[in-house]
Amino acid sequence: MKVWHFSEMAYHPAWPSLSDSYRVVVPSRLFDPKLGADLYHRYLDEWVLCDELGVNIMTNEHHATATCADSVCTIPMAILARETKQVRLLALGMPIGNRNDPIRVAEEYSMLDVISRGRIEMGFVKGVPFEISPANTNPADLVGRFWEAHDLILKAMSSHDGPFSWEGTHFHYRSVNVWPRPWQEPHPPVWMPVGSAGSAAEAAERGMTIGVLNTGWVRTPPIFAAYRKRAAEAGRPMSLDRLAYMALIGVGRTREEGRGRADQILDYSRTSGIVAPQFMNPPGYASAAQSAQALKAGGGAGFRAGRIQTRDGRAINPRELSVEDAIDAGLSFAGTPDDVCDQLRAFYDHVGGFGHLLMMGQGGLISHEETVANLRLFSEAVLPRLTDLGR
Amino acid sequence: MTRIEIGEHSLEAFEAGDGPPLLFLHGGDYVAQNRPFLERLARRRRVVAPRHPGFGRSERPDGYRTVHDLAYLYLDWLDREGGENTTVVGSSFGGWIALEMAVRDPARIGRLVLIDSLGLKFGGREERDIADIYALPEEELRRRTFVEPERWVPDYTALSDEAATAIVRDREATALYGWRPYMHDPGLRQWLHRVRAPALVLWGEADGIVGLDYGRKLATALPQGRFVAIARAGHYPQIERPEEVAAAIEDFAGAEAGR
Repeated sequence: MKVWHFSEMAYHPAWPSLSDSYRVVVPSRLFDPKLGADLYHRYLDEWVLCDELGVNIMTNEHHATATCADSVCTIPMAILARETKQVRLLALGMPIGNRNDPIRVAEEYSMLDVISRGRIEMGFVKGVPFEISPANTNPADLVGRFWEAHDLILKAMSSHDGPFSWEGTHFHYRSVNVWPRPWQEPHPPVWMPVGSAGSAAEAAERGMTIGVLNTGWVRTPPIFAAYRKRAAEAGRPMSLDRLAYMALIGVGRTREEGRGRADQILDYSRTSGIVAPQFMNPPGYASAAQSAQALKAGGGAGFRAGRIQTRDGRAINPRELSVEDAIDAGLSFAGTPDDVCDQLRAFYDHVGGFGHLLMMGQGGLISHEETVANLRLFSEAVLPRLTDLGR
Repeated sequence: MTRIEIGEHSLEAFEAGDGPPLLFLHGGDYVAQNRPFLERLARRRRVVAPRHPGFGRSERPDGYRTVHDLAYLYLDWLDREGGENTTVVGSSFGGWIALEMAVRDPARIGRLVLIDSLGLKFGGREERDIADIYALPEEELRRRTFVEPERWVPDYTALSDEAATAIVRDREATALYGWRPYMHDPGLRQWLHRVRAPALVLWGEADGIVGLDYGRKLATALPQGRFVAIARAGHYPQIERPEEVAAAIEDFAGAEAGR
């Protein structure tokens, strides 16, 4: 099993000033560039450490938010492409339905792939609904734009015979000619985060690796099952390295220490969904059937922040999530190295296996020292015991 | 509800009454709430009020992506059904469609009525002419839309799946056509001189989506524009004050209707 360390590079010093929305409308006067610089360097140091620990690296991006100050996922990737030498670098990823210029995305990923000497894995994301407002992209045709950008980027990265033209529904170029060509042939591996069986099937048709985030014990099995089913129908060879699962991981020398670390990282889960309701479901983002049910349930704008499902069927408000419930819900693996291995293996068997563990080893307010201790102990006492998984 | 056919397209529609034709083009939301107003108008006219492609139970053809497509579709309808003296009434987003029709085929429209219309940009690049309905908290949006929101906003929890889906599709299609540039066509204003028909610009005095000043500028920009404010009404005066709005339209278009 491959493990990837993920951090959202949160700007948590602003959090005490926030209440109803941690996203979209948060004024940037709450960002102190000096504190921000310290945090960026600190998060980058933790990723650089991963190169020594044999843990791969994952970045992402969000916009206009204090929960994730990584607004350009390829910027930390660019720094790490040079500062690391061994591990692979995944951006999960680029919101290509929200970016106006797919060719620029192809150029960024190609350059990164060459500088890193072929260590890039490139994620394409549709983006959470509250990314629509900062990007001002049309939510009602996001999906069509996403797939057209996807097709164009892959063609641009894998065409090496001079310019071609593209006159599609959303993107128009007379002369596409991306330099440099990527290191990997025909292009770096392609990932997509998915949260539903329908999206998993779309990814399976194309052989993409899916990253499944925050879906836990209840929602993950049908997503992986949909991927396996559609891959088989499409005649695509199925292997577990097409499936990735994200968990918040706290490891300690004692159960208390490991759970304490997870508890701090869980501030990610407790804050990331706090968004003013009018940004939660822009028209056309979800299917008409889903939005109709939300309208009837919500009585108005029709969207309620998602609840976390525990395995015994409870629905928990993420803002009040305890470590124990997060472990029960399969969102977190935490405790001693034995605890983490046991929880991970139980989850692995429950969902039918997966080849990548996206480890949120940093989140919330957990300190640099605690993060380093968490990552080191994971790499020493957990990682060597995962070699039989994901095959 | 009936359906009307325009060429190969089939649209859900309200159709009633006899007499001179009146085409009503609805706004982006609260479509069902127009019915009392339409029934009132239908006492003296043949009223046709289609649900735009992509809205309600009207399919949107793949190629329909802009308000221009809707304008050409309804001009096709006028060619087939409208005769020479059709009154075209557009509310909010529907006013935008009516204006795009009027600059394209000025002779087709007998009388033009614009009710709290969208579609134009008058202010500078850092001025918001039209409130950002996608960024306002729901309660504020309702207060800006209606003088008495508690009277007009439906109880969504009591809707059938079908009715809820129709509303969701209205909102989705409005976003598709109007998201960017936001609820206007930057090229439209320079062609308003082409609007030949007499135009009545009706505006809810308490409209918090697009204000009275915008309506006055619109009336001034039209060659034969007349501005009338409607008291105790917000963005949809024909919903809140159907009698006053219908009377104003009959007063304005009545001379044509009598012939």
